[in-house]
Amino acid sequence: MGYPHKPHPKETVLLSRYFGEADARTYKGWVKRGGYAALEQARAMEPARVIDIVKESGLRGRGGAGFPTGLKWSFMPKEKKKPHYLCVNADESEPGTFKDREIMRWTPHALLEGTAIAAHAIQADVAYIYIRGEFTEPLAIMEKALTDARSAGVFGDLKIHLHRGAGAYICGEETALMNSIEGKRGNPRIKPPFPAAAGVFGMPTTINNVETLAAVPPILTKGAAWYKSLSLSSPKSTGTKLFSVCGHVQQPGNYEVTLGFPLKDLVYELCGGMRPGRTLKACIPGGSSVPILDRAETESCLLDYEGVVERGSMLGSGGVIVFDDSADMVYQIMRLARFYAHESCAQCTQCREGTAWTTKILERILAGQGKPADLDLLLDLAENMTGKTICVLSDSCAAPVVSGIKKFRSEFEEYIAGRRQPVLVA
Amino acid sequence: MSDDLITLTIDGVPVSVAKGTLVIEAAKQAGVLVPHYCYHPGLPVAGVCRMCLVEIEKQPKLAVACAIQAAEGMVVNTQSAAAKSARTSVLEFLLINHPLDCPICDQAGECELQDFTFQEGRAATRYSPEYPKRFNPVEDFGPDVLYVPNRCILCTRCVRFMEDVAQEPVLNVSERGDRAYIGVHPETRLDHPWAGNVVDLCPVGSLLSKDFLHKARAWELDKSASVCTGCSQGCNVTLDTRENVVVRVRPRPNLEVNRYFICDHGRMNYRWMNRGDRIEAPLVQRGGELHATDWQDAFERVTTVLRGAGGRVVTLVSPRASTEALFFARELFRGGGLDWTGAFQVVMGEEAPLAGVPDLALRAERAPNGRGAELLGYGREYAAALAAAESAAVVLVLDEPDIPVRTAGTLIYVGTVLPERARDAHVVLPIANVAEEEGSFVNRDGRVQRYAQAKTAPGMARPAWWVFSELGAALGQGEPVGSAAEAFERVAQAIEPLRGLSYEQLGFGGRPAAVPAAV
Repeated sequence: MGYPHKPHPKETVLLSRYFGEADARTYKGWVKRGGYAALEQARAMEPARVIDIVKESGLRGRGGAGFPTGLKWSFMPKEKKKPHYLCVNADESEPGTFKDREIMRWTPHALLEGTAIAAHAIQADVAYIYIRGEFTEPLAIMEKALTDARSAGVFGDLKIHLHRGAGAYICGEETALMNSIEGKRGNPRIKPPFPAAAGVFGMPTTINNVETLAAVPPILTKGAAWYKSLSLSSPKSTGTKLFSVCGHVQQPGNYEVTLGFPLKDLVYELCGGMRPGRTLKACIPGGSSVPILDRAETESCLLDYEGVVERGSMLGSGGVIVFDDSADMVYQIMRLARFYAHESCAQCTQCREGTAWTTKILERILAGQGKPADLDLLLDLAENMTGKTICVLSDSCAAPVVSGIKKFRSEFEEYIAGRRQPVLVA
Repeated sequence: MSDDLITLTIDGVPVSVAKGTLVIEAAKQAGVLVPHYCYHPGLPVAGVCRMCLVEIEKQPKLAVACAIQAAEGMVVNTQSAAAKSARTSVLEFLLINHPLDCPICDQAGECELQDFTFQEGRAATRYSPEYPKRFNPVEDFGPDVLYVPNRCILCTRCVRFMEDVAQEPVLNVSERGDRAYIGVHPETRLDHPWAGNVVDLCPVGSLLSKDFLHKARAWELDKSASVCTGCSQGCNVTLDTRENVVVRVRPRPNLEVNRYFICDHGRMNYRWMNRGDRIEAPLVQRGGELHATDWQDAFERVTTVLRGAGGRVVTLVSPRASTEALFFARELFRGGGLDWTGAFQVVMGEEAPLAGVPDLALRAERAPNGRGAELLGYGREYAAALAAAESAAVVLVLDEPDIPVRTAGTLIYVGTVLPERARDAHVVLPIANVAEEEGSFVNRDGRVQRYAQAKTAPGMARPAWWVFSELGAALGQGEPVGSAAEAFERVAQAIEPLRGLSYEQLGFGGRPAAVPAAV
């Protein structure tokens, strides 16, 4: 659902409160809404105090990994011997995820403010906001917002650069993003060293997701305790989160709920449920890289970091992809595998060759030429593609294949046995 | 135990290594070669082939041995079921797009993909023969390098060599996923003076030397340790011979001199070793013409001349001659109140450094033993020596085929090939070239390095040190020497900076002589 629209009563609008209000995009409009007060507040504090507040709030990374934000900030050297950098990951490319886009489209100053607060906390001199290349509209809005805020002098000595990506999914991986900023091929780096020790240009760097940083200003103005109280289930998951829902629901779009919110309610109430006559079949809860949930798992899943893991998947980026009973899971999984095969950076053998091989096998199964041994082969390839490479792109390709075969094996077998009309994939 | 050493266990073998040592290097010390492709000790770590996956106790995931530093008490298992199965899987992945054209591939027999597949690969692929393999046409990268992308395993050694060692980043990884290949910058060629090293670095048959293309199968080659004669750097090399013909020169690792690399000039500097127009027998002047004879007759002729010689004697030597030969040639004229002049000249060229390695360059001075010649008393005043030769009683020339020598005295020519100017020599003695004898050079930094014999000398040609030592003995200067080692022993006794050195001590890595390095 596009903006503006009235939020659903069950939503908790914190980040999305001003979505749809064009005036909120302007510097004046943002200040009128209380913007940049948090930055001023932060500037009056010691950096360590800001980090403590964010730690207390329980805020965790919204890009996918869910790492505690305050803790990540605290990894930066206390005593500054080299320039510190902040990277903002706005390369939102995970299939099924489109929340950062809306934050940048509607509340660019929320991101800029969060960026400036984080930069103060980690004593960064320079911040790079790495924006997905396809995000032309968000880029233009961010550029305008940055220019206005800069001329208003809100950033002090902090330099903020907008860096536009060139269309590679892998550049959303934090170290590939840093290589890309440096003008190098966007290949993930071996860790260690971790970014806090040697990040962009080899300097101590912190990298945060757009949504994470946009959540920082309200934490400062309203307090860590308040933010921490926003939790419906696990106390380790606090605050609100934007969920991008797409697929077979009546009202796809972004929805902001408090962590711990039932996935079932998100799908059936907020998104209006399935189309008439259709039933829910499966759901990918956290962007295309996480294991697929079947119907029972989906309907019993709580949307927080712990709840989704309990159901065998991950909260990831909060990109919820819903499949109803019309979905061909073999086809869907092939499309995911093909995406990863296309986007593999080609460094690691397992990923470069494995993602492509997996795709070929899935295409062949769809074409009605699969062999019974193919399923075990796919699972074995997936095993060899998991946990053995520099980054997790390879694991991300394997996850839906493994969960897909486990949960929807009969669909694969029908193709292999010739009981389904073959699909010729282009 | 020193604080700088840490102890770890690899496959049950405890080893102590310096702090900061990579597990893959520590494993070598434990006698364990962890299979690998992208790792090379002379290049920055990439960690991309994922072949060197090993199990490390208390770590949840397998780790790549090339990117992990050894730690105190670490227990590494390279042969665990999980590690082996992961490597087997990497090999399977590497082979799905590999053409398996070993029968026509130059690398076959010295291919790491073959070796490790035999060692721990699957007997058969599970990749359906119906799937097409990646195909890209062969590309001409540069003067001596061809790229066969179909065989490429994208280890990126070549890319890293050009970027970090040659520091001329003309190669890259182009495209993504399984479409990836090694690209060359569209406006450049792979023509850096050290570019040929990418062929050696390539673990498979993807980067090929045009010079060596389809020349020999790896298993037909005999390998001999040698020293490059292309310049005064003294890079350690291996001469590959096939049926007594030198067919390839490759770098031999020496961390003190050339690390793992040689320049293209040195790499291509071998064809003369196979020349067919060699002097195959001693020749003596009879009736205005040179006639073949035996060594005894030739030696008698020479000793007669030398015994009767008085006054000025000039020796013109090649700076490519061994230190041993130069020594015994010098000894011939020691004493007897002779006015001896010894000189050499060095061909000069353009210097071409390898940017990423300190003190490594194709040197302007294009000869391996100028330093050795100087050490033995030969001078660089070549023009003066040539002028002196005109009125000298005896002129001895050691292997200078382009020599413009004129003399009123007696010319004795000792060489590998017979130049026109030497046709009026009194005696011509055939000698072995660097590939055909054992000997040693002193490089520009004063490092004494041995080279071994790689092929047999033609006809009756013998090492020059043998020739001069026999002549010396015939003149009553003591016993002749029977081997290059013995010859070197004599040099080391007589020449102060080499004192105490021996072939055994030199090994094939060399030792510094007690001389100041050239400026």
